[in-house]
Amino acid sequence: MKTLDQLKPGDKAMISNLKPSDLTTKLLEMGLLPGRTVRFNFKAPLGDPISVQIAGYSLSLRLSEAHLIELA
Amino acid sequence: MSTQTAASTPEVQKTHLTIALAGNPNAGKSTLFNLLTGLNQKVGNYPGVTVERRSGRTTLNNHTTAEIIDLPGTYSVYPRSADEQVVVDVLLNRNSPHYPDVVVVVADLNNLERSLLLFTQVQDLGLPSVLVLNMADLAQKRGLHIDTRKLSQALGNAPIVTMNARNGEGLAELKACLTENIKPGTTPFYEVYKLAPEAIAEVKYQFRRHNYYEAYQLLHHGEHLTFLTPAEKEQLARLRSQGNIDTAALQMEETKARYAHIQHLLDTVLTLPEESSQASFSEKIDRIVTHRIFGYFIFLGILFMVFQAIFAWATVPMDYIDLAFSQLSEWIKDTLPGGLLTDLLAEGVLPGIGGVVIFVPQIAILFVFIALLEETGYMARVVFLMDKIMRKAGLNGRSVVPLISGMACAVPAIMAARSIDHWKDRLITIFVTPFMSCSARLPVYTILIALVVPDRTMLGFINLQGLTLMGMYLLGFAAAMGSALLMKYVIRARKSGFLIMELPTYRWPRWGNVLITSYEKSKSFVVEAGKIILAVSIVLWVLASYGPGDRMAQAEQQLRTEATIGSQDLENQVAAARLQHSYAGVLGQGLEPAIKPLGYDWKIGIALITSFAAREVFVGTMATLYSVGEDFEDDSTIKSRMRSEVNPETGGPRYTLAVAFSLLVFYAFAMQCMSTVAVVYRETKGWKWPILQMAYMTALAYVSAFLVYQTLS
Repeated sequence: MKTLDQLKPGDKAMISNLKPSDLTTKLLEMGLLPGRTVRFNFKAPLGDPISVQIAGYSLSLRLSEAHLIELA
Repeated sequence: MSTQTAASTPEVQKTHLTIALAGNPNAGKSTLFNLLTGLNQKVGNYPGVTVERRSGRTTLNNHTTAEIIDLPGTYSVYPRSADEQVVVDVLLNRNSPHYPDVVVVVADLNNLERSLLLFTQVQDLGLPSVLVLNMADLAQKRGLHIDTRKLSQALGNAPIVTMNARNGEGLAELKACLTENIKPGTTPFYEVYKLAPEAIAEVKYQFRRHNYYEAYQLLHHGEHLTFLTPAEKEQLARLRSQGNIDTAALQMEETKARYAHIQHLLDTVLTLPEESSQASFSEKIDRIVTHRIFGYFIFLGILFMVFQAIFAWATVPMDYIDLAFSQLSEWIKDTLPGGLLTDLLAEGVLPGIGGVVIFVPQIAILFVFIALLEETGYMARVVFLMDKIMRKAGLNGRSVVPLISGMACAVPAIMAARSIDHWKDRLITIFVTPFMSCSARLPVYTILIALVVPDRTMLGFINLQGLTLMGMYLLGFAAAMGSALLMKYVIRARKSGFLIMELPTYRWPRWGNVLITSYEKSKSFVVEAGKIILAVSIVLWVLASYGPGDRMAQAEQQLRTEATIGSQDLENQVAAARLQHSYAGVLGQGLEPAIKPLGYDWKIGIALITSFAAREVFVGTMATLYSVGEDFEDDSTIKSRMRSEVNPETGGPRYTLAVAFSLLVFYAFAMQCMSTVAVVYRETKGWKWPILQMAYMTALAYVSAFLVYQTLS
């Protein structure tokens, strides 16, 4: 299963599911909902965290957090 | 709701409303708060928690005034940080006098969906709610169109005000709207009852709540709510386990259901612009600012500028403040009749206040820069750039700002740690920030380095003294990082740290916001830290001015009768003798056995004691002890005095390389700043952390100084 942390800058994909974790609701609240399209913006210079475009704004999250987001 | 009843007879009575401002971070909530209240702001603390409570007064019309409470930014009523917990505590505490009559939810019109999640939750709590659609100008420019009438209908006829808080557009409409009798919504946006009918109905009845969602929130948050009694918390916990309520799963379900409903609603009222293929202005800036090489250069460049500005612009006002306070002291001594009260005022109270006020220029300038970086949106990028490095040391990307500010002064730096939403990360940041070499250490470093490090250049351009000074700064940074790493394993946190953070679009800063923020923070520093600093200054003055029995007077008498030297030197010697026989002197001598292994004598012991007030006092104390007199601005005199000081045991100089380096290391690590202790107490809301911090830092200072002295001597 492909996850958000594996995308390359500029890639778009649809979110299929969130792996259950302590952060699931936080991620949902921030708009990372199944069925949504997410775009990978860019990485921080050291590769982590990353920035993605979701629901019309740009969100940064760590790779470990992006790994929780499964893509279709 | 007591004030609402008064609204029924507005023609005879003045109405006073309590209005809470809620909203997502970056939605423009603080801008609206500043717009409404101006400088009529008050910063306090919420009872029992560390979060500061910002409130202010405003006039809505001729017979309505309001207290505006600025709630911390949040994305939902399910908190993850101490900041966000406050929102739930305020919105659920019906019996509090501060329970809001109206909640204004500020939404960024360009990010409406996420804001509506919070708005519908607040409204479902049964609170009369107003939706402010902020940044309407930007939305219009983007070609976004909204049907507010239809949106209001879908939200149970909730009042909606379109605004541009940045330039004040829509303020009159908002004020007019707030004076009307706003009714709470009648049908819930999300039906929660079916999730756990029995438990929810039970809570609604037992806790006399107005609707099911409110009851459900009590059930969900239970023991985390600060206003409940232990018995109530227990009752909620029991109901929760009886009903087999999995709060996390229900919260997830609720969030998904709300979003599905909101998305459906927005499809009918919101016309979004075509997504342009061109990179936006913010994206273009981000490409440069987060570039793998330029990114760090830009960050370091900005840092360099900030420090240059702090030292360049603050020096002049600091000199004037210093001058003003010393002249005021002198004036008091000259005009008031001599006596205890005059001495206390001139030597204890005024220098104490002066010691606080002198840091205000640095703090105010630093806060202006921090507010600027935050207003523009650049701060989020700094966090983004530094997160990985900081995380390795047990910190958070958000720790960068406090650590950097700590090189000017730990007090505002520790206050800046508020931006860290995760409590453990914030606590570690607060704990290690005082290790960063602040400007108060500089005079101590300078004089000790000048004593023992030769003023020579290496390889033609590296000055040995400068190199040592830089080494001291690096040592402080290393101690901060090392201690953070240690704390990472010691402190246990219920929740793990995370960095799920919006990167806001870049914006031009609002000077009004920047200046108000800087003013408010400087003011609260002076008031809060000032109280404690003043108290300790007075204690120190008493300790240095009085001694047990009449030993001070005897010593003075003896010197005066034996006097053969000039009057200025005599006065200096008398001052030194008095200090030696004062309580501080006695303490210093009592301390001697403990500090002997570090290479210090009782005179240095006195300096250590007086330095507890503030490190830079070291130079002044040394000056008094070695009887150089009041004029300790002249470093060369005190330096030569210290250099010629003889260690009676060895016959050699007192300040050997070993002693000086032992002292340098001690001053680098020891917590000798009551302003910092005061602010840590304030920020952590208790004595536990400041005491632990002081014990840890002092122990580290002692052991390190011991090792340095024993190795070098």
